[in-house]
Order: sequence, then C-alpha cells, then structure tokens
Amino acid sequence: MSHDWPLWEVFVRTKGGLSHRHFGSVHAPDAELALRHARDTYTRRQEGVSIWVVPSAAIVASDPEQAGELFEPAADKIYRHPTFYDIPDEVKHI
Amino acid sequence: MATASPVDAQVVDARHDYLLRLGDDSLVLGQRLSEWCGHAPVLEVDLSLANLSLDLIGQATHLLEEAGGGDGDRLAFHRDVLDFRNCLLVEQPNGDFARTIARHLLFSTWQHMLFQRLTQSSDRFLVEFSSKSVKEVAYHRELAAEWTIRLGDGTDESARRMAEGLDWNWRFVPELFEVDEMLEAVIDCGIAPDPREFEGEYRSAIAAILAEAKLEVPADQRPILGGRRGHHSEHLGHVLALMQFLPRTYPDATW
Repeated sequence: MSHDWPLWEVFVRTKGGLSHRHFGSVHAPDAELALRHARDTYTRRQEGVSIWVVPSAAIVASDPEQAGELFEPAADKIYRHPTFYDIPDEVKHI
Repeated sequence: MATASPVDAQVVDARHDYLLRLGDDSLVLGQRLSEWCGHAPVLEVDLSLANLSLDLIGQATHLLEEAGGGDGDRLAFHRDVLDFRNCLLVEQPNGDFARTIARHLLFSTWQHMLFQRLTQSSDRFLVEFSSKSVKEVAYHRELAAEWTIRLGDGTDESARRMAEGLDWNWRFVPELFEVDEMLEAVIDCGIAPDPREFEGEYRSAIAAILAEAKLEVPADQRPILGGRRGHHSEHLGHVLALMQFLPRTYPDATW
C-alpha cells in the first residue's frame, strides 16, 4: 500500500529560534496525513515545536556528478573563509 | 480523596467504580491497539496505532493507580473478567484496519466529549487528569476522523470495509450513554458529567464525519449493554489472558 503513497520530506523545528531541520521522510496519501505521520514518527518524544512536510518530488537536487565543479573550487581559497573575525559571545548559532 | 468532609461511603464506592470504568476503557483499548504492533498496513500507520495505544495505557496507569491507592498493576493484572468495568466497545476485536478505525472514531469522539466536561469535575484528581489527557484524546479523535473520511471516500473496497466496521461496532454505542445507579451517584455530586447531556452532540458529530466520508449512518440495532457491570463479551477473556499471563505466572518479575 505504501508503494502507492507519495513520499514526503519532514522538517522539524526542535525549539523556538532554531531553523527547521531535515529529519527524514514518510509515506502518506496526502499532505494532512503526511503531517500526522511526521508527528507520529519523528516527534513522539516531544522533540518538536513545528513541523513542515514537503512532497519529495518538489525537491530540486544537485547532480552528484557535478559535485566537482560545484563544490571543489572553494576548498583551497582560504581568503573566502571568514575565520579572522572575533565573534561576540552574544552571537549564538553562527 | 477530593471530598474531605464527612464522606458518604456510597460516594466513595461509586467514585472507585467510576475510576475503574474510565481506567478499564483506556487499558483494554490500549491493549487491543497494541495487537497491531508489527502488523499494521504500513510502517507509518503502525507507529500511529502504537502511539494511540501508549497514550491510552498512560491514562490507564493514572486512573488505576488512583483507584488502587498507588497500586495500579494489581488492578490491571490481578482482576478477572467479571471485575472489569470497561464498556463493550473497547474490547471488540480489531478486525481489519477499517473496523479498528470505526471503533476508535466511536470511542475517542465520546471520550473527548467526556474528558472536556471532566475538566469541570468537583474531583481534583479528575480535573488534573482530564486537563492533561483531553489534548491527546483530541488528537485521537481527529486521526480517527481523518482515516474514516479517507477510507469512506476512497475506493469501493475501502468504503465497503469502513461501512462494515461501523456496522459491527454501532450496537455498542448506546452503552456509552447509559446511566445506572453507580454512575448516577457520581453525577449527583458533580464528580462525573452526565453522558446523556452530550449524546445529541455526539450523534451530530459522528453524522457530520460520516457525511464527509460519504457513508450512511448505520441503522440502530438492538443495543448491547452490561460491560459496566462486568457482563462482558467472550472477547475480553482472551485479551486479559494475553495481558495478564506474565505477571500472574511470575508475580515477582520486574522489567
């Protein structure tokens, strides 16, 4: 039966102020039940304050074959990495 | 006990009986739903049903510990069929997924309406208990309604199965609104709401869900009563045999 159901990606905000983070995926016949399945599968131990579900088919993914041209050039350009700044203590989650 | 002043022994008995009714409803339905574990149509539904089951067993723990003076396990595992006070609806076999959903729609809609009113009880324990549990029961009610609508308004086969599931469970609905002497005693002192006051609201709510599910409201059948007095169907004995076997065979077992 689940093979007939579309796949949904699940994003959970674990507490106020943080971003939604990808938790995994669920099968569900529609958006409303996808939310419920996501709740029952990923927030059973009260890990969440908010859930997003997105049809997996709506995700546009980069091509792993292009990983070289997309990501490699940045690795050896140390001047692109802002590591020479002092970060104030008050700034969290950077 | 919430009522401190000269306590009428009859009220104490009736309150105890009422806690058993509520606790046994949750315990037996929780045990029934746990039978789905590993057998549900899909993994996600397996988790949903297990969650409902665990919520109900949590409710039963609170209610039976209150009834048993801190020892809920004794009541859960060392009583026989005739001493159980649950309604007949919750002990009915799971059948297929549609019948389980039908049973859950009929029960959790009633339980939700009851718990909403229990938050106004004169009994402090029941106010605290229901204020917490009413939220999870609201979720049970919504989930059962969502599935009823999808199965009823689904394929020919799912609609047929949903209609059969409702038909099977329908004769156990009148018991939910039955008021006997024991219940009357706790209604009179404000501990329990009178279920007859929300029977109309209940029937309209169920009819609205069934209309959305494109299903007929089942025809009324001869009601079957007796669970509240310990007169159970043959199914409950089998549920208890499975549930009570371990603690009865190994009374000192811990886990």
